[in-house]
This record gives sequence, C-alpha cells and structure tokens, in this order.
Amino acid sequence: MKIEIITPEKKVYEGDIRSLKVPGKKGAFQVLKDHAAIVSTLIEGTVTVTDMNHRDSEFEIRGGVVEVRHNTIILLADSVT
Amino acid sequence: MASLKEIRKRISSVKSTRQITSAMKMVAAARLRKAQDKIVKLRPYASKMHELLIGISVRIEESEREQAYSRSSGDEKVLLIVVTSNKGLCGSFNMNVIKESLRIIDEKYYDRYRNGTLKIMTIGKKAFDFFSKRDFLIYEDHSSLFDDLTFDNCSALADKIMDAFLEGEFDRVEFIYNRFRNAANQDLTYENFLPVETDGEKDDIQTEDYIYEPSKEEIIFELIPKTLKIQFYRTVLDSYVAEHGARMTAMHKATDNATELIRDLNLEYHKARQASITNQILEVVNGAKALSGQ
Repeated sequence: MKIEIITPEKKVYEGDIRSLKVPGKKGAFQVLKDHAAIVSTLIEGTVTVTDMNHRDSEFEIRGGVVEVRHNTIILLADSVT
Repeated sequence: MASLKEIRKRISSVKSTRQITSAMKMVAAARLRKAQDKIVKLRPYASKMHELLIGISVRIEESEREQAYSRSSGDEKVLLIVVTSNKGLCGSFNMNVIKESLRIIDEKYYDRYRNGTLKIMTIGKKAFDFFSKRDFLIYEDHSSLFDDLTFDNCSALADKIMDAFLEGEFDRVEFIYNRFRNAANQDLTYENFLPVETDGEKDDIQTEDYIYEPSKEEIIFELIPKTLKIQFYRTVLDSYVAEHGARMTAMHKATDNATELIRDLNLEYHKARQASITNQILEVVNGAKALSGQ
C-alpha cells in the first residue's frame, strides 16, 4: 500500500507500507492491504507505520483525518511530533 | 553650481544608500523564496482536505450541511481582519490595504462604525499604527504572528475567532489583505471568512462508497473548522509572501534610482571639474599676459 502523511507544513512520510495503525475517533484501527474504502477522523494519539522491511515508525498526532482507497492512504494530520 | 567637494560627498552618500537597498532586495528575495516554499507545502494538504469535504458534502442532506459555522444570529456585529506587514519599505503595499479598508468601512459599514459594532483586528504593525491612532475599535492586535508564522500559531488564533463567532460576539468576519500574484504584483483581496458560505459546488469527484467513521455528519463537523484554519493560515501566509515580493520590487526600484542618480551626479561632478580647470587655465593665461604686458 502507498501512504502519504501530510501536515499543513510538510510531508512527513511517503512510501510503501505493510500496515498502518491509527487512533480513530471510534477507536484505534489497523489498515492492511485491500482494506475497504474508509474516511475516518482521528484523535490525539500515535500513528504507527510498518514499512516493507517490517520496520515501525511512530508519529504522535494531535488529530486529523485519514482516507483509504484502493490501497492508497492519505493521512492529513494537524501536527506531527 | 555645487562645489566639487559637495558633489563628491553626495555621490558617496548615494552610493552607500544603493548598497543598503540592494542588500535589502537580496534579503527580501531570500525570504520570498522561503515563504513561497511554505505555500507550496500547504497546497497538497489544502487540496486533499477540500476534496474530502466536497466528497462528503455531496452525500449528505442539504439540511444537515447547515451547521454552526454557517449560521449567524444577525448581521450587525462585524469583525474586519486587516493584514499588513510589520515593517515598511515595501512600496504601497500597506497603504493599499488600509485605503481599501477605509473604503469598505465607508461604503458598507458606516452605520456599524457609528454604532460601535464594527471592530478591527490588525495583523501587522502598520495597520495597528494606523487604526489605533484613529477613532476605530481595535478588537485585538496580532502583529507578533509574523515573528513565528507557523500553522499552529495561526490555527490557535483562528480557533479564538471561531469561538468568538460561535458565542455570538460577531455575526460576520471578513479579511482584507494582499494576495500574492508575482513579485511585482499583489492582488488586493476582500474575502469572507465567517459565516461559511456553502457554495453549490457539486462536482462528483469520486463515486465510491466509503465507510465513514464516526459518521458523515460528525466528520464534516470536524473538517469545517480545519478548512477554516487552513484558510486563515493561507491568507496570512499569502500576505506575508506578497509583502516580501513588494519589498523586493520596491528595493529593486530604489537601487535603480540610486544608480541613475549616481550617473547624473558623476556627470555634474565632471562638468564642475572641467569648469574649474578651465577657470584655472584662464587665470594662468591672464596672469602671464598681465606680466608680459608690463
């Protein structure tokens, strides 16, 4: 799956990944390959990205929204630390 | 004709002025590039957000699209946000905004100005200096925003304005600022901020059905403040970029003018020098003549 993590100030992450964990408003969830199309708002928490080499990267976000469609993920984060 | 020494002094002073203006031009050009970079980086976020918002709003009922930020209790209390720069030396950049604000107040909001229901928020010292010295109600001054122009700072301020709007402190919030077209041109822009005007944009971008979490309505409630913050950030950033463009152009012109002035002064200097040499020769010749005539 391809992912882009974007804030208003920069592109934080871009690349091919295996899995994504996000703090959804209704509860945290994980996105794997061929996930159904979804739009969800996110709350403050940790976003975990696992890349093709099984390496995890973590991002603390203050809130945001994620869109998943056709194995393409776009995560708009308010701010990332 | 001015004496040689005077002209020399003037030439050297104009030369040092030119040095300063050309240095300022360079600084403005560097800042312009940096600020433009920020706008470019904002673009993917802003356009994706817009796309999402439209994608959702075509799927929900018209009645549900009406929400807190698009309603206003009246039309009486107006907040004008005037964006200028903190520093001068950028041509007519600031004066254009101030003049336009005055024109709008005069034409549209004169009654509200008399009733004291028109308030002005200034972003930029030049606007603050102008409006605070005159008989205007300043809501708040946020000139320090330019010292650290980040999305976080802007969104905190946008939050504050949005809260004031929801509490009924204002019925309408509008922007007056310079929008960047290119380094030499700014477009004076008068723009609505709140209430949100739901434009009838209905171009279906995707026909796909999404799972919406928590729900379409809740997502839209969250997205609208976010887009407002982006609009606020973009506006201030746009003005900031335009300011540096204007300063660069102004300093470029000043440098050109100084160069021309130096050329004219040089000409004058040489004319004066020649005249004085001619005088001296005349004196010598006349002196010799007088001696030989004896």
